[in-house]
Amino acid sequence: MSEPRGAVLTGEHFMNGDVAAAEGALAVGCTFFAGYPITPATEVAERMSERMPDVEGIFIQMEDEIASMGAILGASWAGRKSMTSTSGPGFSLMMENLGLGVMTETPCVLVNVQRGGPSTGLPTLVGQQDMMQARWGSHGDYEIIALCPNSPQECFDLTIDAFNLSETYRLPVLVMSDEVVGHMTEKVVIPPEDQIARIERRITDAAPADYLPYQPEENLVPLMVAAGQGYRIHVTGLTHDERGYPEVVAPVQQRMVPRLIEKIRKNAEQIIRYESDGIAEAEVVVVCYGITSRVAQLAVEMARQQGRRVGLLRLIVAWPFPERVIRELATRIKGFVVPEINLGQMVYEVERCAAGRARTIHVPHAGGAVHDPETILARIEEASS
Amino acid sequence: MNQKAATAAGAGAGGSDTAAPPAPDVREAHAHPKDRLLRSDRLPHIWCPTCGIGTCVSSFVEAIEESGIPEERFAVVSGIGCTGRVAGYVNLDSFHTTHGRAIPFATGLHLANPKLKVVVFSGDGDLVAIGGNHLIHAARRNIDITIICVNNFIYGMTGGQLAPTTPHGARTTTSPYGNSEYPFNVPHLVASCGATYVARWTALHVRRMKQAMVAALSHRGFSFIEVIAPCSTLYARKNRLGTGTDLMKFYHDNCEVRHGANTAEIDIGFQEKIVVGKFVDIEKPTFLDRMGANLAQRRGR
Repeated sequence: MSEPRGAVLTGEHFMNGDVAAAEGALAVGCTFFAGYPITPATEVAERMSERMPDVEGIFIQMEDEIASMGAILGASWAGRKSMTSTSGPGFSLMMENLGLGVMTETPCVLVNVQRGGPSTGLPTLVGQQDMMQARWGSHGDYEIIALCPNSPQECFDLTIDAFNLSETYRLPVLVMSDEVVGHMTEKVVIPPEDQIARIERRITDAAPADYLPYQPEENLVPLMVAAGQGYRIHVTGLTHDERGYPEVVAPVQQRMVPRLIEKIRKNAEQIIRYESDGIAEAEVVVVCYGITSRVAQLAVEMARQQGRRVGLLRLIVAWPFPERVIRELATRIKGFVVPEINLGQMVYEVERCAAGRARTIHVPHAGGAVHDPETILARIEEASS
Repeated sequence: MNQKAATAAGAGAGGSDTAAPPAPDVREAHAHPKDRLLRSDRLPHIWCPTCGIGTCVSSFVEAIEESGIPEERFAVVSGIGCTGRVAGYVNLDSFHTTHGRAIPFATGLHLANPKLKVVVFSGDGDLVAIGGNHLIHAARRNIDITIICVNNFIYGMTGGQLAPTTPHGARTTTSPYGNSEYPFNVPHLVASCGATYVARWTALHVRRMKQAMVAALSHRGFSFIEVIAPCSTLYARKNRLGTGTDLMKFYHDNCEVRHGANTAEIDIGFQEKIVVGKFVDIEKPTFLDRMGANLAQRRGR
């Protein structure tokens, strides 16, 4: 074992998406990882187990995914940037403590390398079937942030962004990778340390007697402290008031839960990110994310060679959903084509925002492989006819 | 406090025959010496009269003082249930988590900041049923945290259902004809998994319980205290055992202090003898000790 390598492995690398996600986390200052082995996300945990000593960090393999999610919440309250990774079955197990993270406004990152489901499904093969679970999987009303990398480079970049968003808005942020992106090996450029944007946790400077742990700032996000700082905070998954005290009554619920939602909705324009190609002149727009965007790009190019005016809208942030751009496009295009490796998830959001003003055509895939570009092309042709 | 000091000073100076006696400070008179460690602004608490949980909390705050560990270093983590509410009443950094998941949360807190003194305070249903897997793995790893498990043999918060500790034959709302299951012998469970401090007391043994808590807080490694506590509202009523006081009398008459007892032999039967005492107190490298040693070895230090 060589000497510690530090957090940022500046340089050009040839690595897979799982490893790149781990490196992104380390680069942005993650020093705590708890996880449980699961295909196709195991490489994230393996990399973290190897690398954590380099940053004086902690790696622990927990007894299950429930415990993994619980441990990263605890670590976050001890003041560390923390992460876990998993795939479908483990993602299901994490839903309960994901909700605790939302309710207690705990920054942390969860990487889900999606595989085919339901249940054990296709452990080694691709799926994009957890997109709605990402949005709605834990009980109760909440908003979430989910990012969708389509390359190992983006696994690195978006994991950094995920941490920065989680610290900014104080909630668990999801990196919704997939088996192909996770296992694909490509060039990943890791920039010099001083070029990596790191958003640190906003800690109160109020005296303990004056500090209200759940009194939001102007952006609707409260300032945080860590255990051991002398603030004697109380943190609970129960409905709570600004002191953090349980107040299991409707008026407090009506004040608190809408704020948890509004802090994302009102800041949605700052959070939402997408990449567009040729949408200004398009009459058909392909809406896609993750690995499917790389197949869709090919289909769009094929359609353009046929002389069709086709644009591509790739969701980098899937949640919150970019409602405004879809609404706007719907007023001036013929239709949306939505390929995804599931039997209908994000397409419902496109359809909702299109609101009948443009056709929405789904290109489903049950999982286990990516689409054939010809399949997507056929639906583009249908949409533009 | 200031007013009291001023009054005392006035008395010392001889006072005056004509001055009206100062009005007694009612708040001062009613202030409990342990209020500092309790969130008194949240009282009254939710626990029923004669419930044993409050007694455990009293012993706990005394143990904190006696341990000499700075209060700022404590973090109390609870799960869900009657005992799960303890975190909300102690004036320390405190976390009320999800059902059964206090130990993983506490594991994260501890590993991320080993200077914290992390205490999990929760009930038998939370820690041994839904959280049973986390309990045995934390014990196996010798995670340096303290677990206080209040065992009242029943699910109190939800109205008296079967627990994994309910004695064979006992009635609950989901075992109306008597419990057909074998209960966990919790000290034996955690001891067999590697816990390095294991004790059992009852809510009657307030002094011994406090001493055990001081020992557990000072212990390096996974320490576990089971406290048998009365639930008069549900357990005693469903089983026609009288009041909470009757249960305390039962503990008085039927507990046997047997330090170092073989934990395999301390099962609790329905209204049978309860063996209490300190069963395990050993030293063993913790998870972090072993992690540090492995790294040092690989780095050739």
